[in-house]
Amino acid sequence: MKHKIKKVLIIGSSALKIGEAGEFDYSGSQAIKALKEEGIYTVLINPNIATIQTSDYLADKVYLLPINTNYVEKVIAKERPDGIILGFGGQTALNCGLALHREGVLKKYKIQVLGTQIDAIENTEDRQLFCNKLSEINIKFPQSKAVTSIDEAVEFAKQIGFPVIIRIAYALGGLGSGVCRNQNEVKKLAAKALSYSSQILVEEYLEGWKEIEYEVVRDRYDNCITVCNMENIDPMGIHTGESIVVAPSQTLTNNEFHMLREVAIKTIRHLGIVGECNIQYALDPNSQDYRVIEVNARLSRSSALASKATGYPLAFVAAKLALGFGLHELPNSITKTTKAFFEPALDYIVIKVPRWDLKKFRLVKRNLGSSMKSVGEVMAIGRKFEEAIQKAMRMLDIGVEGLTASRTKVEFEELEEALRNPTEERMFAVVQALKQGYSVDWVHSLTHINKWFLYKIQNIVDIEKKISVTKGKLSKELLIEAKQHGFSDRQIANVIGKDAHDIYKLREKNNVHPFIQHIDTLAAEYPAKTNYLYLTYNCSIHDFEFKLKKSVFILGSGPYRIGSSVEFDWCCVITGKTLREMGYKTVMINCNPETVSTDYDEFDALFFEELTTETIWEIYDALKPLGVVVSMGGQTPNNLALKLHKIGVKILGTSPESIDAAENRSVFSSMLDELEIEQPVWSKLSTLEDALQFANKVGYPVLVRPSYVLSGAAMAIATGDFELTGFLQKAVDVSPEHPVVISKFLVNAKELEFDAVAQNGKIVCSAISEHVENAGVHSGDATLVLPAQRTYLETMRQIKQISSDIAKKLNINGPFNIQFIAKDNRVKVIECNLRASRSFPFVSKTLKKNFIEVASKVIIGKKVEKWDDQTLTYDYVGVKAPEFSFTRLEGADPTTGVEMASTGEVACLGQDFDEAFLKALTSVGYKFPIRSILISSGSIVSKSELLEPTRQLVKLGIKFYGTQGTSKFMNANGIPVETLEWPLNSKTRNAADYIKSGEIDLVINIPKNFQEEELTNDYIIRRTAVDYKIPLITNRQLAMRLAEALTNKDPLNLEAKSWDEY
Amino acid sequence: MNKKTIPDKTAKLILEDGNIFEGKLFGYHKSLAGEVVFNTGMVGYPETLTDPSYKGQILVMTYPLVGNYGIPPMNDGIPENFESDRIQVQALIVSEESKSFNHWNAVESLDQWFKHSKIPGLYGIDTRRLTKILREHGTMLGKIEIGKERIKYYNPDVEDLISKVTVSQKEEYVNGKKRILLIDCGCKKSIFSNLFSRKVTVIKVPYNYDIDKEDFDGAVISNGPGNPVVYKQLITTAKKLIQKQIPTLGICLGHQMLSLAAGAKTYKLKYGHRSQNQPVKQVDSNKCYVTSQNHSFAVDTKSLPRGWQPWFENLNDYSNEGVRHEKLPFRSVQFHPEAAPGPVDTAFIFDEFLKDVK
Repeated sequence: MKHKIKKVLIIGSSALKIGEAGEFDYSGSQAIKALKEEGIYTVLINPNIATIQTSDYLADKVYLLPINTNYVEKVIAKERPDGIILGFGGQTALNCGLALHREGVLKKYKIQVLGTQIDAIENTEDRQLFCNKLSEINIKFPQSKAVTSIDEAVEFAKQIGFPVIIRIAYALGGLGSGVCRNQNEVKKLAAKALSYSSQILVEEYLEGWKEIEYEVVRDRYDNCITVCNMENIDPMGIHTGESIVVAPSQTLTNNEFHMLREVAIKTIRHLGIVGECNIQYALDPNSQDYRVIEVNARLSRSSALASKATGYPLAFVAAKLALGFGLHELPNSITKTTKAFFEPALDYIVIKVPRWDLKKFRLVKRNLGSSMKSVGEVMAIGRKFEEAIQKAMRMLDIGVEGLTASRTKVEFEELEEALRNPTEERMFAVVQALKQGYSVDWVHSLTHINKWFLYKIQNIVDIEKKISVTKGKLSKELLIEAKQHGFSDRQIANVIGKDAHDIYKLREKNNVHPFIQHIDTLAAEYPAKTNYLYLTYNCSIHDFEFKLKKSVFILGSGPYRIGSSVEFDWCCVITGKTLREMGYKTVMINCNPETVSTDYDEFDALFFEELTTETIWEIYDALKPLGVVVSMGGQTPNNLALKLHKIGVKILGTSPESIDAAENRSVFSSMLDELEIEQPVWSKLSTLEDALQFANKVGYPVLVRPSYVLSGAAMAIATGDFELTGFLQKAVDVSPEHPVVISKFLVNAKELEFDAVAQNGKIVCSAISEHVENAGVHSGDATLVLPAQRTYLETMRQIKQISSDIAKKLNINGPFNIQFIAKDNRVKVIECNLRASRSFPFVSKTLKKNFIEVASKVIIGKKVEKWDDQTLTYDYVGVKAPEFSFTRLEGADPTTGVEMASTGEVACLGQDFDEAFLKALTSVGYKFPIRSILISSGSIVSKSELLEPTRQLVKLGIKFYGTQGTSKFMNANGIPVETLEWPLNSKTRNAADYIKSGEIDLVINIPKNFQEEELTNDYIIRRTAVDYKIPLITNRQLAMRLAEALTNKDPLNLEAKSWDEY
Repeated sequence: MNKKTIPDKTAKLILEDGNIFEGKLFGYHKSLAGEVVFNTGMVGYPETLTDPSYKGQILVMTYPLVGNYGIPPMNDGIPENFESDRIQVQALIVSEESKSFNHWNAVESLDQWFKHSKIPGLYGIDTRRLTKILREHGTMLGKIEIGKERIKYYNPDVEDLISKVTVSQKEEYVNGKKRILLIDCGCKKSIFSNLFSRKVTVIKVPYNYDIDKEDFDGAVISNGPGNPVVYKQLITTAKKLIQKQIPTLGICLGHQMLSLAAGAKTYKLKYGHRSQNQPVKQVDSNKCYVTSQNHSFAVDTKSLPRGWQPWFENLNDYSNEGVRHEKLPFRSVQFHPEAAPGPVDTAFIFDEFLKDVK
């Protein structure tokens, strides 16, 4: 095979967001590896600093820049690549590629698109072109029509009959689409959809049809295979990203399976795809009738899942095919002896379950539908459906211990409603119904879930019943049956009122343990040369050779969710890499198919398994490693530290007792007192009366939270007795066993992050980042600046001193993070975590000092040199900005607060703050130039603070609109602001209408208090802004800094420098 | 669906090498012996189980869940997804036999089907471990024993298995001018339907039929069970076809027959190819196909006489997957162009063959 390509530009997917998450770090990283193997010089553009693909050892050049034609063209002009790869960075990269083509950039610089060509991409992305292509080869697709007006939409809907679905061409993850059951609904949704796009699609809605996907690969010789098919348990109508998915399909006959496979191959050949793509079908549950729903001519979330489910490295192979290789010229990377031209045979079942965080959002609509709302997913592997689904439920880390028999009860009063109109908790409604004796037929009639799946769930319910009637005297047979059907020790214990350890002892006595099995792509037909593994009780021996001497376990982060995302995957992968280079055998345990850490070649062994004490112990006991690293995967493994330690697992790095001392508020607080370190006044309280009394004593506002928090779940700020009473009831609901913690909230204080690594209690490297936003915005949602630009030296000195004292006291051996609050040069500690934090990739990459590499060496006991903080010597600044996915979370109030709401982040570098800041904002969707701003400036304090910034922006020629109070205030101060009516006060030409009609480029809406609960005018303005994709600022400091930045810099004329050029 | 309350009876699978697997019985309760082979297909158990090539074999399915979509009705003759009118395997070994099933076209469960077909099945077996044993050791004889019953091993390779699965007499299906002789060695229904649907008349004859008395334009030698060298008469028939220069297509066992007739040799693979994902490449091209296969024996490419050339090769182990004559209209494939179960990518083989039939 010959190709003349020497330099290739790879476009990443930018920040993680709903619909585009970690899967594109996986695919991009694999593409880079595949290209480098061929000696190609790789240039990556991606501002997502937390990804593995932006590490220094992958692409030859990394540009932490926004993914838009402006920046990409600058990079192209500079680098002059001869090829570009568009299929590995999600819809973001694909859209950017299409735009580069339309603007003539690719032609101008003579860049060859590798893999699937532009016309083929357009044929899959434009609905009408797509349907035309399908018609040419007699492939069926849903009846649909492109319309440009509401009337036309209604007319066509009436013609094909209700229900209908409305979609938008070029939409990410079904954005703005939905099901309409009557004319009114069509009118409403069409209006919204038409605001995104001049053309929308009205289609027949295939209610209750099975939803099936195939991952198809084609090479330039026209060789074509389907690597995996997948069946959604949730039928048509629920977005595939929202569905529980099994692989391979379970309810399809040979005829159905191969009919769809043949259609897939025929379609993909006709479209001329080269590389990888995904095709989605609807299949009639009562005949062999089918429809093609869509084709994604790129790597996707499903292809990442298919890769992990089968062991077939789709992204890697697709990159090779893009270079012109044939499938038969590439090896099967698992067996090493066979070829990439084959279709994997599985001898297990895989189940993917999405993870939602809808409860974190106020006012969000929780129903599942044709738009995606989930923020992550888990994948479970078993040899029975029941085994896999129960594992998956535990992997979600949402507090349940399986599909049933959890201590945490998820129950529904309106059962029928919960089944008919599913929310993220629908599976628990199914279980409840079957438990209460409702028939599978009845559940099927409401949910349209195929009865085969329901029978399996019935099985789980039946086994639970069998266990419960034993009255604690569990026979060996029943114990084995329960374990084979995925019951954890904890679940069994819950049913018979015992402790999980009792069940473990019973298993020990009867020698009931799970067995390690390989994922080998060929169902044992050929031996696997890699260690891609899982556990099952449905085998009788280990299928694994214990050759891993000197092994170290690294616990991954589990599903991505708000507060725990790709940053921890980076930490885990770097740890693995560092330890491997030091000669240790590394073993990863993780269950998230969207990650690089679950690529089987990143570690010496990969267990695609649960992050629970029971499972970790079984693997630990079988492999007998040197120890376990719990400090890299975020809060999930951190929470396991003490429990694992207590059952005899050796924890590497900082001692579990110290970890617990930092987590346990009372212990930590006494320690701070002892060290004479200040902290906001707090108290742990168990009754409402005590809470109110305490709050009044310290004075409002106060911060309320339950113990053991992760990313601010159930945290809130209360400004008075009424609010406190309200929030408390909510918090108590979340965690009844734990009393609530109330602390004094400091207004107008600065927040700072201290990220560091210590060895034997001495800090060996550290970094201080400052927040742009004042305290009150969750650190995960804050805009971070490094090196700190506006912090007093005295504050920095105090932070360093305090951190040293804490590190010494807790004898820290590994990574840690302390959050500080500073006001008037008085520094207080808010929180301390003895693990890698969210900002480790940001500080490591900005300072070009890999903190995780250092931490890994420390954890394993290697002496490291102290790295002096050279903050003052850096002649550039890094700014990290959050990405919010509010647009997808219908109804959610898009404000920031103490609850984390962002789904991802970017970071850009610049010569100064302004430059880095503007690049970062551009990366998360701010559009420049800004010609008009709608401002509601909040409280009177806020109004006066925003006065100067507004004046500056007006001077730049920006037209200001304001709501009544704001414009009155501004006008009185000599700033021309045009008054717009509040949405609730005026039916026409109000503030919301201006946003809808595209007359506003930026909305600044500062909430008057910390949490607004009602559907107020401000809420409507904010919601309209995100619904219509208009950038929204709800924080005063952010607005002020933007005004300054725009005054100092032209956001469209910033330098495109690569990471290594700083 | 079918729910049981009484626990299923246990039975043992005993392999020639002494390995014993204990599982639970489904279907018909009967001790039985045969050759133990594994198949890695993930769909199409009705097609697989009714494939006559499995005669004499105890089949292990590596996919752990079998029976999910039940069994279609038999009211109007052979159902669409059956390859013959009955279960052909000696017995079936699975990890989980799906007690519940759901499909619009299903009328009974796997268990019920096996029961009235008087065929035993075992579930609850570590089929992965069993498969690895077969992979390492090669295909083995084995037996299922219930309770204290003891039975002997049975080697199907030495027997004339075809006599048990071939048609008893000539059957003619008129559908066109071209007359295709289909020599039935245990022919899968889909081979017949692939020919018939291409507007030809199919004359299906027993494997030991005297072809001299028949008037036809082309011949197909079908798939079938057992060791090819056992069937001397069939080799002679194939030689006749070559001598008469009749366009001929061999499939699976038919491929081995045509090759033996041409003068090539066959040998037994360690554990055979039984799956729906066997990759084959057309020799001297970049064309690759995913194929459905079910065979123990293979043609030795090196033994091909002059004038004959390898057509396809297996991308996993490079074994022969097809041969053709340089000039004359003879061709044969080791894989199944009719699929069922499996991918239908190679159906063009039938078209190419029929183009040669004048």
